[in-house]
Amino acid sequence: MKMNGAQILVQGLLDQGVDTIFGYPGGSVLPIYDALYDANIRHILVRHEQGAAHAADGYARASGRPGVCLATSGPGATNLVTGIANAYMDSVPMVAITGQVPSALLGRDSFQEADITGITMPVTKHNYIVKDVKELAMTLKEAFYIATTGKPGPVLVDIPRDVSGGTMDYEDPGPINLPGYRPVLEGKEEQLNKAAAAITDSIRPVIYAGGGVIGSGAHQELKRLAELLMAPVTTTLMGLGGFPGDHPLYLGMLGMHGSRYANYAVCESDLLIAVGARFDDRVTGKIESFAPDATIIHIDIDPAEIRKNVRADIPVVGDVKIVLNQLLPRLEAKLSGAWQQKIDQWKKEYPIGYEEDNDKLKPQQVISAIYKATRGQARIATEVGQHQMWAAHYYTYTRPRSFISSGGLGAMGYGFPAAIGVQVACPDEVVFDIAGDGSIQMNIQEMATAVNYQLPVNVAVMNNGWLGMVRQWQELFYNRRYSCTELVNPDFVKLAEAYGASGIRVTRGADLKPALEEAIRNSGPVMLDFVIEREENVFPMVPPGESLGNMIG
Amino acid sequence: MRHTLAVLVENNPGVLARVAGLFSRRGFNIDSLAVGRTENPDVSRMTIVVEGDDRILEQVTKQLHKLIDVIKISDISPEEYVDRELVIIKVHSDPARRGEIMQVADIFRARIVDLGRKTITLECTGNNGKINAFEESLRPYGIKELVRTGKIAMLRGLRFTSVNGQKDDD
Repeated sequence: MKMNGAQILVQGLLDQGVDTIFGYPGGSVLPIYDALYDANIRHILVRHEQGAAHAADGYARASGRPGVCLATSGPGATNLVTGIANAYMDSVPMVAITGQVPSALLGRDSFQEADITGITMPVTKHNYIVKDVKELAMTLKEAFYIATTGKPGPVLVDIPRDVSGGTMDYEDPGPINLPGYRPVLEGKEEQLNKAAAAITDSIRPVIYAGGGVIGSGAHQELKRLAELLMAPVTTTLMGLGGFPGDHPLYLGMLGMHGSRYANYAVCESDLLIAVGARFDDRVTGKIESFAPDATIIHIDIDPAEIRKNVRADIPVVGDVKIVLNQLLPRLEAKLSGAWQQKIDQWKKEYPIGYEEDNDKLKPQQVISAIYKATRGQARIATEVGQHQMWAAHYYTYTRPRSFISSGGLGAMGYGFPAAIGVQVACPDEVVFDIAGDGSIQMNIQEMATAVNYQLPVNVAVMNNGWLGMVRQWQELFYNRRYSCTELVNPDFVKLAEAYGASGIRVTRGADLKPALEEAIRNSGPVMLDFVIEREENVFPMVPPGESLGNMIG
Repeated sequence: MRHTLAVLVENNPGVLARVAGLFSRRGFNIDSLAVGRTENPDVSRMTIVVEGDDRILEQVTKQLHKLIDVIKISDISPEEYVDRELVIIKVHSDPARRGEIMQVADIFRARIVDLGRKTITLECTGNNGKINAFEESLRPYGIKELVRTGKIAMLRGLRFTSVNGQKDDD
């Protein structure tokens, strides 16, 4: 059958099971938008391409299916870059499709030309520019395969306009042949046996779980492992929800803004079992004194993560879920003992908490109220900053894919478009974007998208009139010289109303519950302006460059 | 320590940029890089000389492996191998000194590839040390221009590096 490139693209998306894409039209993607006009694919029109990339990312994190975003050449494509880099850092399966100027105009600084494959080379798992319509179907198939297998990540496909407009007799592209891409999924027997022996010998084990647990769907295996060994579990920011937050073995997060008991447990452990985590500097603190007494078992899909930052005594390369299933039968149950008692003692001594004050509004109190109002069942997206850490500490995540946050890249402006993607993926669930007054303004234009599609996303702005996390660092490490961190903000309630959304302002703890109930009841997007205590800090904290044991606050 | 890596890559556009970009953004140092097609037109072979300890080499290898276009990487340094670089040097030469320069060329088994009124151009192949020595020997005459390739290398004997694995053929 004669088809043009755009129709082949749509067919390829349908073949991959794609039913939703996030995008923004433009000159170089006109043929693609023409093909989408009567295609059985839902297109969400964002208001800025960065929103499309983040929404596709949020969609992917919530659903486990690859997110797809689409933008035109030049500025459309470059606007995707932050979102692509974000997905790359957090290993999110995404396919970004960009239009490109016609092949004949490539390399001539043509109107709206940008070398997007060159630009995104370091922030994609792989990328393509399709030079011939005959290659398009196979390229697309490879793109989805690469994005979703092994360690997931974003793949960009750049399509010049003469390729999307060019025609050919369509035929199925056939099987994929990528000799340079063979992810290792199963752990090696030898390594598994070593790991099992180390686990059997350990007295003070700690499981350190990351985003890989959620990515590979290994949360049940992780729980079985922890319960079998009676081993405490700490998670990274990306791992939140990968282990039930209300489980007695749970330690909360570790690292810079981890709990004291998680960090102390890591410092004193004799065996650290890293599961789908990559020893980020925010997790390890000072590398030289990280888990000094521990044998480290490192389970990861990506061989390059082994010994990248921290020594690994027993590396096991493979898919976390598969490896845990290989490992579990080799282990015997352990009993709770002195180690668990010590940890329980730490938990009692150093709880994470704050002082409630019903006349003022504390951010921690807001997050706790959101937790109560949603009965812990909401999908929570966040922006980046203090509110992100409070959202990590004071909402209890009991299931995977319920905490959606920019971890590696730390991209302000991520949460709101991501929440839109989450809401599109989970139309019947309550979705919150927990935001700061700084972050929310980085992609505030997406309120128009939320109103357009009547997506009932609730935006909870922790409004303290500061770029709070930067202010906190200035307070602690720069002598309170608050350089360029105080914000003059718009009226968020009026702003929401101007977009056609609802706005609610809350200034007292006593008003929290009714405001949240109203927001959740509302069938459209709601902006909640929580005017919080201005100089509340995120504690406890490991100062930069310090060991995990040296926490302040 | 210096390591010589034989890297087989898919002969796709942009593959050199991917490899070079990876080295620069991860902070690895390339001493030399040479690339060309192999017996299989779909596959190119890069010979990369990289400086670093075992930890760096491990990271270089693993990060290279993450590139979809990279098919196979072998560190051939611990093995017996043949390696060659090529240099072309144009030296200042009055007719009176031509004989002397030709003697130097003889010692290094270099060849004269061009002769000008006041210049003489020589080519020489060999390993890194020989090429360096050749260059030093010609320096007193006045080097006008010099161009040299990166190193290419191949395992000796029946051992070989191919897409289907490094293996003994016997």
